[in-house]
Amino acid sequence: MSSTRTAIARRDFLKIGAAAGGGLLIGIHLPSLARAETITAPFAPNAFVRVGTDDIITVIVNKSEMGQGVYTSLPMLAAEELEADWSKVRFEAAPVDPAYNHPVFGIQMTGGSTSTPSEWERFRKAGAAARIMLIAAAARQWNVDPQSLKAENSFVIHTATGRRAAFGSLADAAGTIEPPKEVPLKDPKDFKLIGKPTRRLDTPAKVDGSAQFGIDVQIPGMFTAVVARAPVFGGKVVSFNAEQARRVPGVKDVVQVPSGVAVVANGFWPAKLGRDKLEIKWDDGANANLSTMALREQFAKLAQTPGLIARKVGDAAKALAGAAKTITAEFEVPYLAHATMEPLNCAVDLRADSCEIWTGTQFQTGDAAAAAAIAGLKPSQVKIHTTFLGGGFGRRANPANDFVAEAVHIAKAAKVPVKVVWTREDDMHGGYYRPMWYDRMVGAVDDKGNPVAWTHTIVGQSILQGTPFEQFLVKDGIDGTSVEGAADLLYGIPNVQVDLHTPKLGVPVLWWRSVGHSHNGFAVEAFFDELAHAGGKDPYELRRTLLATQPRMKAVLELAAQKANWGSRPPAGRSRGIATHFSFDSYVAHVAEVSVSKEGDVRVHRVVCAVDCGRVVNPDSVKAQMEGAIVFGLSAALKDEITFAGGRVQQRNFHDYQMLRINESPEIEVHIVPSTEAPTGVGEPGVPPVAPAVANAIFAATGKRVRRLPIGRVTI
Amino acid sequence: MINLKVNGKQVTADVDPATPLLWVLRDALGLTGTKYGCGMAQCGACTVHLNGEAIRSCVKRVSDAAGKEITTIEGLSPDLSHPLQKAWIEIDVPQCGYCQSGQIMSAAVLLAEKAKPTDTDIDEAMSGNICRCGTYPRIRRAIHRAAELKAAGRRAE
Repeated sequence: MSSTRTAIARRDFLKIGAAAGGGLLIGIHLPSLARAETITAPFAPNAFVRVGTDDIITVIVNKSEMGQGVYTSLPMLAAEELEADWSKVRFEAAPVDPAYNHPVFGIQMTGGSTSTPSEWERFRKAGAAARIMLIAAAARQWNVDPQSLKAENSFVIHTATGRRAAFGSLADAAGTIEPPKEVPLKDPKDFKLIGKPTRRLDTPAKVDGSAQFGIDVQIPGMFTAVVARAPVFGGKVVSFNAEQARRVPGVKDVVQVPSGVAVVANGFWPAKLGRDKLEIKWDDGANANLSTMALREQFAKLAQTPGLIARKVGDAAKALAGAAKTITAEFEVPYLAHATMEPLNCAVDLRADSCEIWTGTQFQTGDAAAAAAIAGLKPSQVKIHTTFLGGGFGRRANPANDFVAEAVHIAKAAKVPVKVVWTREDDMHGGYYRPMWYDRMVGAVDDKGNPVAWTHTIVGQSILQGTPFEQFLVKDGIDGTSVEGAADLLYGIPNVQVDLHTPKLGVPVLWWRSVGHSHNGFAVEAFFDELAHAGGKDPYELRRTLLATQPRMKAVLELAAQKANWGSRPPAGRSRGIATHFSFDSYVAHVAEVSVSKEGDVRVHRVVCAVDCGRVVNPDSVKAQMEGAIVFGLSAALKDEITFAGGRVQQRNFHDYQMLRINESPEIEVHIVPSTEAPTGVGEPGVPPVAPAVANAIFAATGKRVRRLPIGRVTI
Repeated sequence: MINLKVNGKQVTADVDPATPLLWVLRDALGLTGTKYGCGMAQCGACTVHLNGEAIRSCVKRVSDAAGKEITTIEGLSPDLSHPLQKAWIEIDVPQCGYCQSGQIMSAAVLLAEKAKPTDTDIDEAMSGNICRCGTYPRIRRAIHRAAELKAAGRRAE
């Protein structure tokens, strides 16, 4: 860490500390215990660690906590090197500041399953630097060589005499020590905390109702707004009549903003009643005839010709022409909503010279910039308090900054502090979906049944086109996220071609947990199963053979198979399917045990998962993320789709966009491959292999191929 | 004015009697532990107890709750001491945490009615509560664990 950066960060922290003392803690979601204690911290050696005279160690986390356990895993990294007493460690959400930018992406954001991989070194160094300074402070006080001291369990100890001082008692003195230039890190064999199952720091607040989500924020003088948005994407208000809305008791104001008409009231309920009474004439615009049926036809047609080449190995066309056996299959997956349990919301207090925002966002830098532009302020005049996120899955990382920008517009128009709350229906209709995809696969095997050719034509919208990420991640017309998990096929097949069509459509799309892998994992692994059967091979054994140069994936595959007793007879009435996928630099394999009733109803009884995500920080969190990804993946595989007719989204709420429920949830077993490799992604990689494992199991059960999601009911 | 008894305390709220109880709890009384998820009794995030029964407060008119005992997550225990809270912490059930107040309030009624709930009992009592993060396997384990903790607590008394 450069000394300049440290100096800036320290200055900021002194400032923030003082502000916090002045009562600006609303919206900062600390357990009440931590709240008072952190204010007194005199020792803030860097942007990430504060040590209080009361021995409380606060780790400032620059990643949003949306369930992935980052408010525990990143503090674990700092605490490990700091030699902190874990019971004294607290977390705090970082403010928006360049000091907290993503080391790779250069903005403050949470996504891409990158929090642990990208912060693995920085948080440990932050803890190590603090430890070195505490030791230096003790050495100066005791007039001994720092080398004769060690830190342990939040104490500095003089090894020879046993003299000891608590970190808190050294905090004032440590604040005067120069940050070290060299910050050596521990040998991993000496880790005490990293790698041990560790209880999450945020659980207590999440079981007594005290955890504060964006939707829970109350600010003085605040009103609540509910917005009538265009029923068709890109639609505009032609005119509106708010007379009836204004008559609803509690409604304070009705304002027009770029996204629609907002009813501002003293609470959600009157705002919603008022919104329902608005009479609005809309111009539906270019998407008035948007239809899923038409899109499916358009995509299917495009898939019949090759698109832009994303990967070419050998000569697939030639190999197909000369092969013993060729098969073709077309796969379809629908648009999907993130459907976070907490509907979108954002609270804004806009003043002449400041804009303060409380929301659960994954995208602080972009949201702050958008707010500043709308408010006519400098980005430095915008403060974002990142609350807990009631689910993210990518929806709260929007380059278009939709829910934050809209809230600032409303605060500006209504001239009061306002919290915008989306109803479930608003959230469901709000767009920024996982794109719909169509995948046409052609494969061939030789006369011994070995795959010799593989072509994959992908059709779907680009997520990154038109965003600030386009310049980095869209190359030669190919959005890397459209072909991820397909162009980087791990199987050793001699002739491969992956190509892409990117139709431009009016549906706003966005990353959804596992992004492009969410469809490519399905198409690739379901088709691989088909190709294995076409060649008369066991799909598990063929995977092993073709993963000869991929030892980590092969090991994961074998572990999942072994734990699931692959090859043995499944329990009566059940069939097994297997799938693997490499994403976010992690390797995952799932075995699904499935039964299909006479009526075609699918029941997933058990999923056995093996994962290699490099070195693990908190094994229990890795297990939790795999469990969650499997349930999330099953909702998509079995139930979910967003469809359009006459330009309108046809789903409204959880009755017609259904989530897996506890009575449908399988037994889940997660096995982690021990590894000393660098940590890799965990939040997303569990999703892609779920649908193909289930689809392959359904084939084993019924002989029917599943080529379209959601599976719904299998036709027998 | 509507008189309510929430978590053992008498309170009044100046709201339209047709307002759903959920929004009175959250907006008028500041009890934001009870969550809004769907507004149509589909997800269970708003579950509270009304005279000891688990109800979806998003579809319950506040006037229908007047004069009854309302318990929210904030009133389940003063100090995280309810066996479900202990089990939830021990097993680290929550991920994002948004649905967990509702999950725990549904589970609390189950545990009050059945000392040793079976998996089928859990399916029946808990299938009205959605968790998008997919914490179901842990919810199941934690309910079984809470039943053990409760039984052990009773034996100790």
